[in-house]
Amino acid sequence: MIPVLAAFAVLLASGVTPRLFRPDSGFGRRVGPAGVVIAAALTLIPACRVLAGRTPIREAWPWPMPFGSFAFHLDPLAAFFLVPIVVLSALSAWYGPDYFGGHDPGRAGRSWLPFNALVGGMIGVCLADNALFFLLAWETMALSSFFLVAFDHREEGVRRAAFIYLVAAHVGTAFLLPMFLSFANAAGTADFAAFSGSLSGPAASAAFVLAVIGFGAKAGFVPLHVWLPDAHPAAPSHVSALMSGVMLKTGLYGLIRTLTFLGVPNAWWGWTLIAVGAVSALIGVLFAMAQRDLKRLLAYSSVENVGIICLSLGVATVGRAAGLRPVAFLGFAAALVHTVNHAAFKGTLFLAAGSAVRAAATREMDRLGGLSRRMPFTAAVFLAGSLAASGLPPFSGFFGEFLLLSGLWRGVTEADPSTAVSMAGAASVLALVFGLSLIVYVKAFGVSFLGSPRSDAGSDAVESPASMTVPMAALAAFCVLGGLAWAALFRAVIPAAAGVFGPVPLAETADTSEWLWKIAAVSGLLVLAAGCVALLRLRRGRPAVRSSVTWGCGYGPATARMQYTGSSFVQPATELFGFVLGTRKNVRPPAGYFPAGRRFETETPDMSREKLYRPLLAAVSRLFSRIRAIQEGRLQVYVAYMVLTLLTLLLWMLR
Amino acid sequence: MKEAIELGLMALVLSDMALLGIGLLSTCIRIVAFQGVLLGLFSVAVNWGFLTPRVWILAAVSGLLKGVVYPLLLRRAVSDAGVQREIEPYVGPIPSVLAGIALFGASVWIGGRLPLTGAAEAGSRLIVSASLMTLLTGLFLVAARKKALTQTLGYIVFENGIFAFGVASVGEIPALVELGILLDAFVAVFVMGIAMYHINREFDHLDADRLNALKG
Repeated sequence: MIPVLAAFAVLLASGVTPRLFRPDSGFGRRVGPAGVVIAAALTLIPACRVLAGRTPIREAWPWPMPFGSFAFHLDPLAAFFLVPIVVLSALSAWYGPDYFGGHDPGRAGRSWLPFNALVGGMIGVCLADNALFFLLAWETMALSSFFLVAFDHREEGVRRAAFIYLVAAHVGTAFLLPMFLSFANAAGTADFAAFSGSLSGPAASAAFVLAVIGFGAKAGFVPLHVWLPDAHPAAPSHVSALMSGVMLKTGLYGLIRTLTFLGVPNAWWGWTLIAVGAVSALIGVLFAMAQRDLKRLLAYSSVENVGIICLSLGVATVGRAAGLRPVAFLGFAAALVHTVNHAAFKGTLFLAAGSAVRAAATREMDRLGGLSRRMPFTAAVFLAGSLAASGLPPFSGFFGEFLLLSGLWRGVTEADPSTAVSMAGAASVLALVFGLSLIVYVKAFGVSFLGSPRSDAGSDAVESPASMTVPMAALAAFCVLGGLAWAALFRAVIPAAAGVFGPVPLAETADTSEWLWKIAAVSGLLVLAAGCVALLRLRRGRPAVRSSVTWGCGYGPATARMQYTGSSFVQPATELFGFVLGTRKNVRPPAGYFPAGRRFETETPDMSREKLYRPLLAAVSRLFSRIRAIQEGRLQVYVAYMVLTLLTLLLWMLR
Repeated sequence: MKEAIELGLMALVLSDMALLGIGLLSTCIRIVAFQGVLLGLFSVAVNWGFLTPRVWILAAVSGLLKGVVYPLLLRRAVSDAGVQREIEPYVGPIPSVLAGIALFGASVWIGGRLPLTGAAEAGSRLIVSASLMTLLTGLFLVAARKKALTQTLGYIVFENGIFAFGVASVGEIPALVELGILLDAFVAVFVMGIAMYHINREFDHLDADRLNALKG
């Protein structure tokens, strides 16, 4: 635990330092991210040792807080979440200083305090072995990320997004508090070590529901995801990468940790998770398709991927409840593998999107375009991330989906008929989601990077500096070589899964890892072949390009506005799912022989915000506006209210 | 010593009554100063028999602050802000005194019911009633007077009540807590002085009731 404590100290010191010195100096701008990189390296040491099979570490220091203790527990599960968290934190931090560039250097330097607090909070959440310590780390994480989302607080939209995020985060915590209290009440202590098996029957089910809502608000389960599509675009890109890539996962980690306390699950818990996951995945991917803002699209795609992970957890829970160990193992392995993959490819995509957005000064996909010529490296990285995110075979994103589908298939073949039918249903929903996510990423990459530029800033874009491209490349490499990586890394999944759902059948793991090796071999060959082809082409040199006027069919110069836009590309699919999306169109077609004005606008507001939260909050606000009757506006009257209340209570107590 | 304490308590209750009934600002400030000195003596009297230097210092500090420093600050606020001499009550003097009697009744009743052992040791059960009475009077002043300055006064009286209650219930032990409260009150007077000054500058009056411009 010493390296982890040292990491906390480094994070704190390097976060505070820019405030003590000049935050706009070169040192002030770089000391924060340097601290994150050092802390990440320090944390990786024990995490990798535990993943490699050393005994889990459990240590505690007293804390003079009632029920509190600084209890750390580094088991394979925590280590499995910890590794992507610290790696992505380090890469995002590396990317950060130059992303800010000339952007108000003083404020950029100061922003490392919340950034480092966010990293520390996430490490704390993974390692906490005490409910109070966990909640402290949880709140540190929520508050520091709030400050990061509010970085560009001079913009009205950013302030609103940050506020919605703050409210959502605290609503989540409001559900976690009673859950932890009920555990602590039953166990007699707030240490996680005593929590397992302390609740049973309806109390356990209640704790499960509270955990799904409380942790789901952080992870972004539909309909608790409303903060996500606003907060991610509002935050600076390396923060979005961190929040989307790993901060959402702390919610999933909390949920899994709670499942370990609850012992053998009920089948309906699993079905709940499957339903929530399927809805999140489907809604997420559909709304991602309809977005015009590149980062908002990626945010909705995070909702989709969190949904897939939640569905995997559901499959694992159903399998555990039904005693189908292979199903439980495959589902859980899928959840863990996809967690890491999503951290990698969403980190890649957000960092690459940040690079593009910074160069072209807009997030609107319909004003981007043609960036692959001007920023070939960023485009290649975004392409790698997109391929992984679409779940195409040789790339990393495929592996989680492969494990999940094979888990579902085992369920379909081995479980009782009704379970089998439901699992087949879940598999078909997933197939739809995977197909749609391909459309999403073809749109995201094609519209933003291919074609010709749609704005002046886009045509003047230049490639980002190496300090930004190197972290992007590192993540992209994992996306591309994921096939080889997972075959080798799969051993690390087994102890983490065993910690949650009991011992894993040996035959199953051997079988799965054999499959992974086979896929890895094929994908390795594919990557090799592609590399050879690329090398050959490079050696042959670029073919000569001659530009001349083509036969114009009677119409003059083609302009960039004649390209497919993002909305027009996905129109067939959005029309098909119009009943879910509720896309608003504002069309004024050209009329007459010499049409003067015409316009076409589409907007897809978030469904749950429009249909669920707006009416709900309006009703709450109506209810409470009745209290205005006693609002007098005079200080004296408020004091009188207080005096009367206190006096009444005192008299009533002594009655 | 018991007689002296009871005499002091009667004086405390009477000074509360006087605060409720008197309409002149400078007299009110003087009465609050008197209460401060009284409470300083009071903490000495309660701990009579085991007087340590600490008790003396605590008594001296609280007496000095409440008896000298606050009144001076308040007077300066009055002259700086050019406040009129009347207190402009919402509740007139006669109803205020009647309310005071009701509050005293309630305090005696509560004092009888509260299971406080410290009070019995300190000499009298009346001590709880008197401190509650002071506390409630302070709150009443805050609620029933118009000017921001009289509200500050009410706040100090309220704080006096807490002090007396602390002395009554636990004796010397909560010294640290008490000092903390004293400090709070000091800061409060300071801040409110500045605030009043600003209110005066901005709106040309010191009536807290104009805050209803903020009403939603």
